[in-house]
Amino acid sequence: MYSEKVMDHFQNPRNVGEIEHASGVGTVGNAKCGDIMRIYLDIDDKTGIINDVKFKTFGCGAAVATSSMATELVKGKTVQQALEVTNRAVLEALDGLPAQKIHCSMLAEEAIQAALWDYAEKHNIKIEGLEKPKTDIGEHEEEETEY
Amino acid sequence: MDKLIYLDNAATTRTRPEVAEAMAPYFSEYYGNPSSFYTLAHKSAAAIKEARDIIVESIGAQKYDDPEKYDVYFTAGGTEADNWALIATAEAYQDKGKHIITSAVEHHAVLHSCQYLEKRGFEVTYVGVDKDGIIKLDELEKAIREDTILISVMFANNEIGTLQPVKEIGAIAKEHGVLFHTDAVQAYCQVPIDVDKMNIDMMSASAHKLYGPKGIGFLYIRKGIKTKSFIHGGAQERGRRAGTENVPGIVGFGKAVEIALANMEQRAKEEMELRDHLIKRVTTEIEEVSLNGCQKSRLPGNTNFSVRFVESESLLLDLMSKGICASSGSACTTKSLDPSHVLLACGISHERANGSLRMTIGAYNTKEEIDYTVDCLKEIVKRIRGLSPLYEDYLKKNK
Repeated sequence: MYSEKVMDHFQNPRNVGEIEHASGVGTVGNAKCGDIMRIYLDIDDKTGIINDVKFKTFGCGAAVATSSMATELVKGKTVQQALEVTNRAVLEALDGLPAQKIHCSMLAEEAIQAALWDYAEKHNIKIEGLEKPKTDIGEHEEEETEY
Repeated sequence: MDKLIYLDNAATTRTRPEVAEAMAPYFSEYYGNPSSFYTLAHKSAAAIKEARDIIVESIGAQKYDDPEKYDVYFTAGGTEADNWALIATAEAYQDKGKHIITSAVEHHAVLHSCQYLEKRGFEVTYVGVDKDGIIKLDELEKAIREDTILISVMFANNEIGTLQPVKEIGAIAKEHGVLFHTDAVQAYCQVPIDVDKMNIDMMSASAHKLYGPKGIGFLYIRKGIKTKSFIHGGAQERGRRAGTENVPGIVGFGKAVEIALANMEQRAKEEMELRDHLIKRVTTEIEEVSLNGCQKSRLPGNTNFSVRFVESESLLLDLMSKGICASSGSACTTKSLDPSHVLLACGISHERANGSLRMTIGAYNTKEEIDYTVDCLKEIVKRIRGLSPLYEDYLKKNK
């Protein structure tokens, strides 16, 4: 069902934990699937580089793996580079996900953006290209099967 | 093979070697079509009769001297039997009325058949259950109307193992002159069933839940009930379910029932011991775990837990890596993303429903396996909770 990379990131997730006095924290939830993802960022105020990143995720294997991969992709990057870590980038880095799990990768992208938004708000700055994140991204249209 | 602990006996069971052996000659040796003329075919026809007799007796159904008369019809499984019972009965009785009553916790074979009928002008009432998953009998009785033609309530629930008060439901149905169908896929050969004493008019069952082969089931239809043919195209099963019979499957079904009935009491006793041991260890050794379903009125082999702060699939993946096969009724494990309709109907929150874990014990499980599973589960829950922001919040709140 899952690729080896997904299983590896699920079984040995990178950057699990919390950051005290984090520069930005983003928690996003997907009501439909029941996934909740929280990402902590430690950002250098001068360079805008993400020095450290941690996450906690309640969710399925794909949710944990996408969180883990997303933290790897943003670590050491600038805020602007982190914005480029889209769900597609996370998906590709994990060698794909089953169709019904694609929404989990959306959650990772949202969590990063929510943490960046929190950082921007706390520091009263504007990050180019960053929009206020939705708190719930789960209600996208799905094809209904008729019985 | 690597270590394998199979705790998903509600999904399917291992076919007993004796059953596979009984089936074997009916593939390449006695391969005659039971409907054919010559002696080879008679062997197949006789094997079907033998299996049917075992099944008729197992549910206390009426026996007839005439071999052309019977009330047990073979189908391709429990799902087909449920579809037949619901859809063909609705069609046959629509002149009397177009109202059907079922429960909120049925298997999708029944629920989706009901939805199908709703789209075709039928009305369905879904009667609620209490926190243990037991149907509210007063609500059921109140739901009966002039135009009610059928009550369909499962014998035992596939997720939480709750046994319904089938005899009482049968009595209510009889009193009001409404037909009663029960989906007994989980209960058949696990607990005693008597269609006459319980006033069951129709009953669905499947072989692969009781150590028989997959792809074979039956629908019992009490004599005198109007029903429409469900599969058209031949005289098989008294013209009601056409198609060449699955002879090896039917033979295997008969054999499986024969064994399962003979050891039912002993098997139930052993399974209950393991079940109660599993429940006790899990609920005392892991914090914030609750048992779903009913303490008393429960299938011998069923356990269903809600493990707070974790999501089922992550538990299943880690259990899988330890060689343990379990399941959940929850989001994300299957293609469906919705949490279990059964748990929600019992009033269990989305959060707890998302962390459900079903482990169903069968005839081949041992105490060592259960102990190994609990030992693994403790470590697994610890690891997954370590990843959970909900657990983090819980710990902070309770500091």
